Amino acid sequence: MAFFILRRLGVMLLTALCMTFVVFLLTNLPPNLEKLAKTQAGSRITDTEVTSWLERNGYAAPILLRYGEWLGVWPADLVTDAEGTPIGGRCLRGRSGITSADEVPRYCGVIQGDWGYSTKYRVGVAEIIGERLARTGILMFWAFATMVPLALIIGVLAGMREGSGLDRSLSTFSIASTSTPEYVSGVIFVVVFASSMVGLKWFNGSAKSAVDGVTFENFTLPVATIALYGMGYIARMTRASMAEVMTAQYIRTARLKGVKFSTIVLRHALRNALIAPFTVIMLQFPWLLTGVVIVEALFVYPGFGNALVEGAQNNDIDLLLAVSVVAVVVVLVTQLISDIGYAFLNPRIRVS
Amino acid sequence: MTKWDHDGPILEIDKLSISFFTRMREIPAVMDFSVIVEPGEAVGLVGESGCGKSTVALGVMQDLGVNGRVVGGSIKFKGRDLASMGEEDLRDLRGNEIAMIYQEPMASLNPAMRIGQQLTEVPMIHEDVSEAEAMKLALQLVEDVRLPDPQRILRSYPHQLSGGQQQRIVIAMALMSKPSLLILDEPTTALDVTVEAGIVDLVKDLGKKYGTSMLFISHNLGLVLETCDRICVMYSGEAVERGSIKDVFDKMRHPYTQALFRSIPLPGADKNARPLVAIPGNFPLPHERPPGCNFGPRCDYFEAGRCDAQDIKMTDVPGDDRHESRCLKFQEIDWAAPVQGAATSQSTPPGDVVLRMENLKKYYEVAANALFSSHKKVVKANETLSFEARESETLAIVGESGCGKSTFAKVLMGLETATDGKILLDNREIQDTPIQARDTKTVSDIQMVFQNPFDTLNPSMTVGRQIMRALEIFGVGKSEAERQQRTLELLDLVKLPREFAGRMPRQLSGGQKQRVGIARAFAGGARIVVADEPVSALDVSVQAAVTDLLLEIQRENKTTLLFIAHDLSIVRYLSDRVMVMYLGHVVELGSTDQVFSPPYHPYTEALLSAVPIADTRVKKKRIVLEGDIPSAMDPPPGCPFQTRCRWKDRVPGNKCETEVPPMVTLAEGHSVKCHLSAEAFEEMQPVIEIAAE
Repeated sequence: MAFFILRRLGVMLLTALCMTFVVFLLTNLPPNLEKLAKTQAGSRITDTEVTSWLERNGYAAPILLRYGEWLGVWPADLVTDAEGTPIGGRCLRGRSGITSADEVPRYCGVIQGDWGYSTKYRVGVAEIIGERLARTGILMFWAFATMVPLALIIGVLAGMREGSGLDRSLSTFSIASTSTPEYVSGVIFVVVFASSMVGLKWFNGSAKSAVDGVTFENFTLPVATIALYGMGYIARMTRASMAEVMTAQYIRTARLKGVKFSTIVLRHALRNALIAPFTVIMLQFPWLLTGVVIVEALFVYPGFGNALVEGAQNNDIDLLLAVSVVAVVVVLVTQLISDIGYAFLNPRIRVS
Repeated sequence: MTKWDHDGPILEIDKLSISFFTRMREIPAVMDFSVIVEPGEAVGLVGESGCGKSTVALGVMQDLGVNGRVVGGSIKFKGRDLASMGEEDLRDLRGNEIAMIYQEPMASLNPAMRIGQQLTEVPMIHEDVSEAEAMKLALQLVEDVRLPDPQRILRSYPHQLSGGQQQRIVIAMALMSKPSLLILDEPTTALDVTVEAGIVDLVKDLGKKYGTSMLFISHNLGLVLETCDRICVMYSGEAVERGSIKDVFDKMRHPYTQALFRSIPLPGADKNARPLVAIPGNFPLPHERPPGCNFGPRCDYFEAGRCDAQDIKMTDVPGDDRHESRCLKFQEIDWAAPVQGAATSQSTPPGDVVLRMENLKKYYEVAANALFSSHKKVVKANETLSFEARESETLAIVGESGCGKSTFAKVLMGLETATDGKILLDNREIQDTPIQARDTKTVSDIQMVFQNPFDTLNPSMTVGRQIMRALEIFGVGKSEAERQQRTLELLDLVKLPREFAGRMPRQLSGGQKQRVGIARAFAGGARIVVADEPVSALDVSVQAAVTDLLLEIQRENKTTLLFIAHDLSIVRYLSDRVMVMYLGHVVELGSTDQVFSPPYHPYTEALLSAVPIADTRVKKKRIVLEGDIPSAMDPPPGCPFQTRCRWKDRVPGNKCETEVPPMVTLAEGHSVKCHLSAEAFEEMQPVIEIAAE
């Protein structure tokens, strides 16, 4: 088992490397860099000024070397003026009051724990990511806490008697919910529950205040919007799997042993029925990351998705890289959990 | 809940009719079916697939699903009408008073629950006992069903047990609350013969021990003969004959029963002198049943205007005890008349050697652990296989699952290449040439007929197209039209109507599909045909027809037939020579007569005794093999069979455990892989004896 996890971690590292390199390559295309120089040093600067700004700030080295610098395996260039006072370079970004080159570390990459400097927010990327991830984490937690149990209950109730009235109404609900994208359901929710003109005014249409403390009022709508979209999908998977399990021969065996219907569902069918949807539930995690972008924009919640949008709009290279690393880690960790959990649910494929 | 006391019969089914309702129509599955099971009695329910025997069982359990409904008659269990019972009462009954054993043990055990949990559930529901007490009972029953190491078994999951062990667990589960009635639905169909023999013994003993009545559903007449007191033969939803085993087997009074017995290979049947008689025609679909007697269109004694004029009732056979038949003419038919119309034929003498195997070996390397691939294990699927096959000869290859017979077929076909040894086709070595590298001639020379005709035809291609494909690949015919013509001829050859060329496989019955499979195999003029259990997936009445067809084509084309089978009755009927395999080794090789009479290899002896024979005159020695077949990944040292051999103590020293025995020639063309001395072989008694008539 330990070996299995270790190998998965290795794969994860490799994937993260490839992934970040691609992001690095795309964000460091020459036009992007030019735009960056112009936003940082003024939009009317000439081409030569752009080049010199890029050189001064350590954007001129070959791309592979700069990727190495970002990783922290290659010493970062330090640009100094005539007296030897550092004036620019990767390791200098975000630091001030430095007078001699000795105060600047040679390496300042991810390996050293330095995630770089956000050109948009003018603070260290690690700080932004940490803060934003925590906020989105809270949102995701509540979304999952409502979505998964509800979806499983709906799926099991619908699947245990295939074709019954209950099955049809629950299935209709699941299909409706999963075919309504977040930007539609979110808007409808705001109109119905939060609009000051026509709405019920039960909840707050903005989640901005949730930064200072989550309340029922300011958090219900974003959570409901995310949960509703994912719920239908999981419920459909659970229903299909449950319906199949209920026709299995061992369910007949249990029935003909005289087991009560409720016990059949809970003891005999549930675990077998959860094997297939479990992977789907785990796949929802990375999916939610994209959904979160829209929901955070809609409900003005400054979270991870918001950081992603801002970083992309402002060509904030280090921020984007950090965001992509987080995304890769989230995807791979959930897949690892899903594989381990799968083996746990299904005794036939235990890793020996 | 307490068990009911009741004096009368345990189960009385009276004029039961069950129908399934679809959107299109009502499909009657069982009609006017009656049977009585007395306390302690075992009643066999026999019939081909689709005759409604399983529906009767589910009817007794009142578990017919959403579409099924009892539309007439009654089922009384211990005097109480089951139809009048509520859901609650039925639950008390199921598992407690009536228990069921199913066809596929793997599918009927919950894969995600430990064996112990599944066993203890029964008494915990019905007798309200504590878990500890239930566990004690479970432990005792696991011992009762003769499983080794019961503690470990209770803790394991179903997939960790072998098929035979799983079925024993299902039996233990059924007996957990000592039911009064046990329904066994084809309990051994999915198992090997020697395992089957063990299960049958167990069921009989336990039935006696607990005084349980049994309803034994099977398509295998031999098995019913061994287990039951009374028998009920079903055809197309109706009981056609009912009576004691002795009456029905020896004095059958229904044409279907008679036809059934004539179509199964009993000892004494011979492919040339006394061939099987197939039942003509096909089993009617439930909604296409003929008026009057359902068996009428296929019956030799059919009389138009009489048999199809009215519904036919069960009538008592005078003079016998509770022996009834659903035939208007049973008193007019001369039941002792010899078989009519079976064409006898001349046996063709075997020709030159076409195929020779010399010390063929096939090893598979498997990683013992999927993660640490450094440690490799070797599965010895075939060990030093040597034999030769001649033109127009039938060589049967017999053995239980895992003995390597399918691996051998794969190597011969070229799907795998041999690890060592030689395969000589007309003195050309082909063991190292995979099928992609073989020339068309070699490929079309060696062809295969597969076990399961349902999976081996492409469901989205017409039958004609599939045969045409084979012809194209084998380069037969110069033009499309020529191949078209040849396709039609091939359909004639396998006795299918020519219009079948345009049909889809799903429109064909199992027997017809297998005929298409045979036509495809012979498309390129195959000289060697490997038939891998070609009839075991088919119904009894169809088996005879397909077997005869295969033999007829063989006779005409002088084909060498390698017939892989586990059913020794059919092997005895059609093969010239027999090769018995066990754990990758050939343990016995000889002509059919030599193999089927002593001296035997100890494994052949056990195999012969395990095969149920549907003939009351046959007396068999019971030799039940202990334990399971060892894993090919971890074979025992020395003789492969030493772990289960009953003759082992006759060999001095520990030779059996240390040395692989050599092939000993006992007679011309008869060799055995065994350490036993010539004297010991002399002592062997025949396993099967036919009492004089």
